[in-house]
Amino acid sequence: MLRHLTHPLVSENPITVQILGLCSALAVSSTLKPAFIMSVSVVAVLVFSNVSVSLLRNVFPRSIRLILEVTLIASAVIVVDEVLKAFAPETADILTVFVGLIVTNCIILGRAEAFAMHHRVAPSLADALGNGLGYALVLLAVATARELFGHGTLLDVQILPLSEAEGGWYRPNQMMRFAPSAFFLIGLIIWGVRSVRAEQVEAGAYPPASPSYREG
Amino acid sequence: MEHLLNIVVRAIFVENLALVFLLGMCTYIAVSKRVETAIGLGVAVVVVQLITVPVNNLLYEYVLTPGALAWMGLGTLDLSFLKLITFIGVIAALVQMLELVIARFAPQLQQHLGIYLPLLTVNCAILGASLLMVQRSYDFAESVAYGLGVGIGWAMAIVLFAAIRERLKYSDVPKGLEGLGLAFIVTGFLAFGFIGFTGVEF
Repeated sequence: MLRHLTHPLVSENPITVQILGLCSALAVSSTLKPAFIMSVSVVAVLVFSNVSVSLLRNVFPRSIRLILEVTLIASAVIVVDEVLKAFAPETADILTVFVGLIVTNCIILGRAEAFAMHHRVAPSLADALGNGLGYALVLLAVATARELFGHGTLLDVQILPLSEAEGGWYRPNQMMRFAPSAFFLIGLIIWGVRSVRAEQVEAGAYPPASPSYREG
Repeated sequence: MEHLLNIVVRAIFVENLALVFLLGMCTYIAVSKRVETAIGLGVAVVVVQLITVPVNNLLYEYVLTPGALAWMGLGTLDLSFLKLITFIGVIAALVQMLELVIARFAPQLQQHLGIYLPLLTVNCAILGASLLMVQRSYDFAESVAYGLGVGIGWAMAIVLFAAIRERLKYSDVPKGLEGLGLAFIVTGFLAFGFIGFTGVEF
């Protein structure tokens, strides 16, 4: 039980190992607040879809299960979208189409297909929470780095005093405000994780042509 | 005409879905190890975008938009909250239909695109293009141009990336960075290059 919850955090992390759900992780990570709201939305949708797919798994005809799963997910996302528009309209404006794109977030369909279709409700719930938190972990780490170094703030509170306006010492790194910096950060996170856990390196992705070359 | 051309060029370069809006990244990273497969996927994306964006545009304009069903006596009905579920349904159905049509009339192309077509249902670049089309309230002609532009832009991005990845075979990189880690960093550099297109217009 507990394994389903803790496993996806690092060793089976949806973003850095399974390569799922990247789009939103990259696009909404410029500051911490939208990243946090996005994580909560994804966890909510993931829990709903895994639990409902697991409950209905014996009723679904196999041939049309994909479209039924997508319909369930889309319904959950519509609810999240409407709730956000009602209670957090400014954040909904920042997230724009990315809330809607949770429908095509591959983590959700991926977990429904790979896990919830074959397991009972309790393990499916644990799996959903674990994968959701694994996603949130990477998203929040990237957003923290980007907001701290790009704006000198965390959750809009000034942490590093800026040099221009307030006579501080920090000059914001403009690069962090652009989306591509998220690629560099995730690349570095993967590098870090794989240096500690060497078993995650894809076996022979690019094997050297002649092994003796490296010895030289 | 110039206006439509502008939409195409903007969608390809300035607002490239893959490298500027970062959509469809899962497929982008996963299916870009070889140039040939990247070209196959790219063609599939162009075809699917060119069909789904205009079809979703018609659906939104004549069924979902507030007051669109006035002729049925439902003047104030606002179905726009259903756009997500409608669009994803249209995309899934069209992808399946396209698969059948290609299998019937172009079996060779089927062998080429076969495995990639179903993947496109859950590619956020496809759904994203339809949602962005609604957000910018394009009319029908504009949505055709937009669908064409985003498709070509995405295809170009993945072919470029696959070409770079093929060359990476010859590089000697640190162990943990090999494969996925390096793929992210290379995409980062490509995306930075595309920021340079900001403001290009006719």
